[in-house]
Amino acid sequence: MTSSVQQDNTPPNAAGPSAAQARREADDPHSPVVRFGARNPLKLDAGVELAHLQIAYQTYGEPNAARSNAILVCHALTGDQHAASLNPVTGKPGWWETLVGPGKPIDTERFYVICANVLGGCMGTTGPSSTNPATGQPYGLDMPVVTIRDMVNAQAMLLDHLGIDKLLCVAGGSMGGMQVLQWAASYPERVFSALPIATGARHSAQNIAFHEVGRQAVMADPDWRGGRYLADGVTPHRGLAVARMAAHITYMSDQSLHNKFGRRLQNREMPTFGFDADFQVESYLRHQGESFVQRFDPNSYLYVTRAMDYFDLAADHDGVLANAFRGSKTRFCVVSFTSDWLFPTEDSRAIVHALNASGANVSFTEIDSDKGHDAFLLHEPELTAITRGFLDSAARAFGLPAARQA
Amino acid sequence: MALREGRPGEPVLDEGVVRLQGGRVDLVVVAEMVAPGSRVLDVGSGDGELLELLATTRGCDARGIELSREGVNAGVARGLAVVQGDADVDLAHYPDDAFDYVILSQTLQATRRPRWVLEQMLRIGRRAVVSFPNFGHWRSRLDLMVNGRMPVTDNMPISWYETPNIHFCTIRDFVALVELLDARIEKAVALDSSGHRVRVNMPWWVWNLLGEQAVFLLTRKG
Repeated sequence: MTSSVQQDNTPPNAAGPSAAQARREADDPHSPVVRFGARNPLKLDAGVELAHLQIAYQTYGEPNAARSNAILVCHALTGDQHAASLNPVTGKPGWWETLVGPGKPIDTERFYVICANVLGGCMGTTGPSSTNPATGQPYGLDMPVVTIRDMVNAQAMLLDHLGIDKLLCVAGGSMGGMQVLQWAASYPERVFSALPIATGARHSAQNIAFHEVGRQAVMADPDWRGGRYLADGVTPHRGLAVARMAAHITYMSDQSLHNKFGRRLQNREMPTFGFDADFQVESYLRHQGESFVQRFDPNSYLYVTRAMDYFDLAADHDGVLANAFRGSKTRFCVVSFTSDWLFPTEDSRAIVHALNASGANVSFTEIDSDKGHDAFLLHEPELTAITRGFLDSAARAFGLPAARQA
Repeated sequence: MALREGRPGEPVLDEGVVRLQGGRVDLVVVAEMVAPGSRVLDVGSGDGELLELLATTRGCDARGIELSREGVNAGVARGLAVVQGDADVDLAHYPDDAFDYVILSQTLQATRRPRWVLEQMLRIGRRAVVSFPNFGHWRSRLDLMVNGRMPVTDNMPISWYETPNIHFCTIRDFVALVELLDARIEKAVALDSSGHRVRVNMPWWVWNLLGEQAVFLLTRKG
């Protein structure tokens, strides 16, 4: 998350040049891709099959001889496969370089780290902005609605392709954490350890409500054009920017907004008695909205938020969350943050209670942070220490050689 | 050193006590009551000292539940399986017979519902190990009798108005509580103020005077 405050007070009014770059990433990304063709379709929860699935991914580090040192990192709603590599659209460092890299807790000198763009995304894995091979046009709303489980099933196909039978760990925050839980439920035998951070086993009514506001903002933009904007050469960037602004508030805490901006004015002594961005917090949010539309596809935003809304792991198991983990041998480490009101600690505690009830091996900690939901992306020393300790212990139990002493 | 048996005919603990490096002697006594290779839940696991002891010296699958965030984070960072939670609430979420042993070391007196906690422990595990400071120790009694003040000792170092220990009991109080539960005392050890086991085979009231700490191994009946 950038903390820079832009001085531009005009509302977002252009998708800009990097939007074109982002558009190209959908079909032909700056990442390795695997294409599954027509004869190897992905069966979706929506009841249809998706042929010609393409998955874009990044890997960091090297697999060992036994291919037993793989860690799958799952990204959040608007993240991508560039967990620890330069983002080709934004030019910014990877989104999880706080934890992933040489000598870091998810140590790329020791582990083979895989991160794939999610199904429904816009960075090279099949999504609504990808070209539909049947029509030669972008899928748009012809793309079937996807679920977290569909995302995970697609990742499983990628792992088969990469020759990874069992993962040392699956890790991720927020929507990435949902994928971690789904992995543990769907493929317990392939997941030795799981690190779900700042997440929940279901999306709450409040969270669905926030997502609906975002989707309505996109769809209310006249340039959305029933989802066919790409064919018309326009983009509902105003709507998407508003969606991002609203969502961004939910990623921060009251305290972190206050610490960052308070009621300070943006480059002026007095309020203008108008509707410019008088306050720094307004300017910041406008900047967040503007930079987001440069890199993210509006329809993709609809699909991926929908996938989160549909996530309810207990509902898939007779309403009993513990059933999702019955007999699981996976070691879990569940992490929440005190100031996260999007996925509050109670959500994590519900996961832990279910894991306890199913007799699973689980650690759980709530980290004291004022940074809100975004804390999982930021430098949090306790998260670093816990991730390192948990992975070291999992690697040891999985029979990997000990970490080199620094 | 001869060890007192909890009840006539009950087994005597092994000798050869290993003192923890700078650690609490009661943890060693607790660890010795746990059969090697067992599944163990340590309620109030602190920074994980006992969990590590159980895992490394007894080969146990040891997991913890701890209220303090600092304790949990220290434990998880050491690679231990520790859950942040409140014994008074969260024990209800564990299934029956999930563990061979459930341990409560120096925590009973800090729970809001000691009887409920003990019942939960004996539901979750077939055996429970409980260690606690004995409020019936002669020095506590002397403090109350002579000074008319709540005792402050090495084992109970915090003044009454700040202590998290809200449910102090004596050894005899504890024995009386166990009689109300569906459990029996399998082993018992009292430790004097220097951490040595109280040697003489004596009735409870003597233990209650000389023991500064007590460790009990309980087994569910039936």
